[in-house]
Amino acid sequence: MSNVATTDPATTPVEAFVQLEQNGVELMPLRKAGLARFSETGYPTLRDEDWRFTNVKPLTELPFRPVTSPFDQTPGLEQLGEVTFGCLDADRLVFVDGHFKADLSQIADQSSGVTVSNLAHFEGELGSLSGGDDNPFVALNDAFFTDGAVIQIGDGQHLAKPVHLLFVTMAGEDGEAAHVRNWIVAGANSHGTIIESHLSLGQAATVTNVVTETRVGNGANVEHVKFQDQSAKAFHLASLHSELGRDARYAFHSIALGARLSRNNLRLRLAQPGTECVLNGLYMTRGQQLADHHMIVDHAAPHCDSHEYFNGLLDDQSRGVFHGRILVQPGAQKTNAKQTNKNLLLSDDATANTKPQLEIYADDVKCTHGATVGELDADAVFYLRTRGLDACTARRMLMHGFAGEIVERIRHDAAREELDALVWNRLEAKHQLD
Amino acid sequence: MLEIKNLLAGIDNKPILKGINLSVNAGEVHAIMGPNGSGKSTLASVLAGREGFDVTGGEVRYKGNDLLDLAPEERAREGVFMAFQYPVEIPGVNSAYFLRSAVNAIRKHRGEEELDAMNFLKAVKAKMKELGLGEEFLKRPVNAGFSGGEKKRNEILQMAMLNPWLAVLDETDSGLDIDALRIVADGVNRLRGPKNAQVVITHYQRLLDYIVPDFVHVLHDGRIIRSGDKSLALELEEKGYDWLVKEAA
Repeated sequence: MSNVATTDPATTPVEAFVQLEQNGVELMPLRKAGLARFSETGYPTLRDEDWRFTNVKPLTELPFRPVTSPFDQTPGLEQLGEVTFGCLDADRLVFVDGHFKADLSQIADQSSGVTVSNLAHFEGELGSLSGGDDNPFVALNDAFFTDGAVIQIGDGQHLAKPVHLLFVTMAGEDGEAAHVRNWIVAGANSHGTIIESHLSLGQAATVTNVVTETRVGNGANVEHVKFQDQSAKAFHLASLHSELGRDARYAFHSIALGARLSRNNLRLRLAQPGTECVLNGLYMTRGQQLADHHMIVDHAAPHCDSHEYFNGLLDDQSRGVFHGRILVQPGAQKTNAKQTNKNLLLSDDATANTKPQLEIYADDVKCTHGATVGELDADAVFYLRTRGLDACTARRMLMHGFAGEIVERIRHDAAREELDALVWNRLEAKHQLD
Repeated sequence: MLEIKNLLAGIDNKPILKGINLSVNAGEVHAIMGPNGSGKSTLASVLAGREGFDVTGGEVRYKGNDLLDLAPEERAREGVFMAFQYPVEIPGVNSAYFLRSAVNAIRKHRGEEELDAMNFLKAVKAKMKELGLGEEFLKRPVNAGFSGGEKKRNEILQMAMLNPWLAVLDETDSGLDIDALRIVADGVNRLRGPKNAQVVITHYQRLLDYIVPDFVHVLHDGRIIRSGDKSLALELEEKGYDWLVKEAA
């Protein structure tokens, strides 16, 4: 790239790691192992089966610039109040380019059994859930993560308010990367809502690489909404590793609206009987955007339910990628797994790649999967028009409805309503551009 | 109100309507009957403005204007309502939201004040009660997962809320049991008035026991081969369509 700053000598992960070592960061064994893994694999290419449809080459051509220490520039509280979920009644942890901003964050008194903080000197068991993953971006994150959130809800405790993790990028140079690490533990019979949002306040080709590990204890009930609305030049890589205990209830919603390229790796392990897991996703792309969800739901215990619902609205030359693998281990009898991916192509040039996969090693299970790629239903448009609605409104209503199938599964009322309005406004903005 | 003159229409160069003439005045209920394939649904589709039907001749005037020149939504706003034989399922679109948008699109066109959520609910709940629809109905997506009877009742509810001058009911009786049929017919009859007109398209005479027409027309091979009063429907019930078809041949 022509705009590599001459003052920045580090352009490869190895060079950057040397600088990091000199700064004396913590958790060196994890970081070193990550770097070693990455050095072995390098960035994924289209030849890797897991990355067949998602070309990260443009990202690899950017200079490698992890933001290892915070910039002076930060957004104002007022500015943050205007962003999506910025006014949601929640405890809020704000991270700018991967660095915690205490002055922008607000944590009300949670009960004594609850910890909500930034990673700081937390050592915990980072990597214990993500460790088996061969995703090169997880390896990079292991090596370079700067900060992130720690949420620990003790046994039988409830989060008094939702926790909002707000990650913004301010970075102004292409390639500047925030490596973010989150650790979430919900104890037995605990309860909580987590809202994670990723936004850009600058327009540069920045990189966000977030790894989140979540342990959901026996009988715990956790809802996690991940909202990604970064700038059209940004690259967003995310990796979720969740392990669910007996009778746990877990809902993870991924709303991917922004970024030039976004990839969500979702790895769910249903480790104990009786769990119920919902993965619910919406992607809306236009221009040259690509949104990729890549999931593995591992049924490792009997009597577990998992449901995946992913809807994509794809416009212009954009691309949506869905890969959903359901793995039913030997002995995971009475598994009930369901997977649907629906894509709506709004332009002749948009592409959907969808690959549902079932891998079943038990004989008493109920697994279904289905994928559709289509256009707006002409009969439905006509039906709405015969009721007096003009063609644009009819189309917008159908798109909103299609997105609404996903949004309505969000249980947290205020978050759901805000997202619903946001989707409607985006569709209206599109309509005005057309 | 509605004047159809020598209407010719078809799909993919295949003629289906071969010269329909029909005159409907305010205050009248017309039944259009005919065997399968006679062109009943094509007539309904052309009147509603469905794409894919080519009108190759003739004209349709509604309140003196060229109906075929109007987009489907313009027809609706001018007071033409079409109750579908197969109402479309629209997952994700909430019934209350849809119906209020439709009502307000039409009110706006007529220069009336738009209904706010409160007034809309008041109005719609009263109509729903008449049609035996529970309140949870409003929260459900439009027609999605509805039974056949619910879908037809939803059509009548929409008709009641949109308050059209001219309603075309396409096989509204199909798939209804006798109780649902009665409810739907009552709904239709409530909308009868000196300023409204209804065109009821049906295969069976049964519906006409409940929605009593002023005129009955028999459609065969794209033409109206016989018109009469309600006794014609009874005659058809007794003798079937064949004798008329033979006579017309």
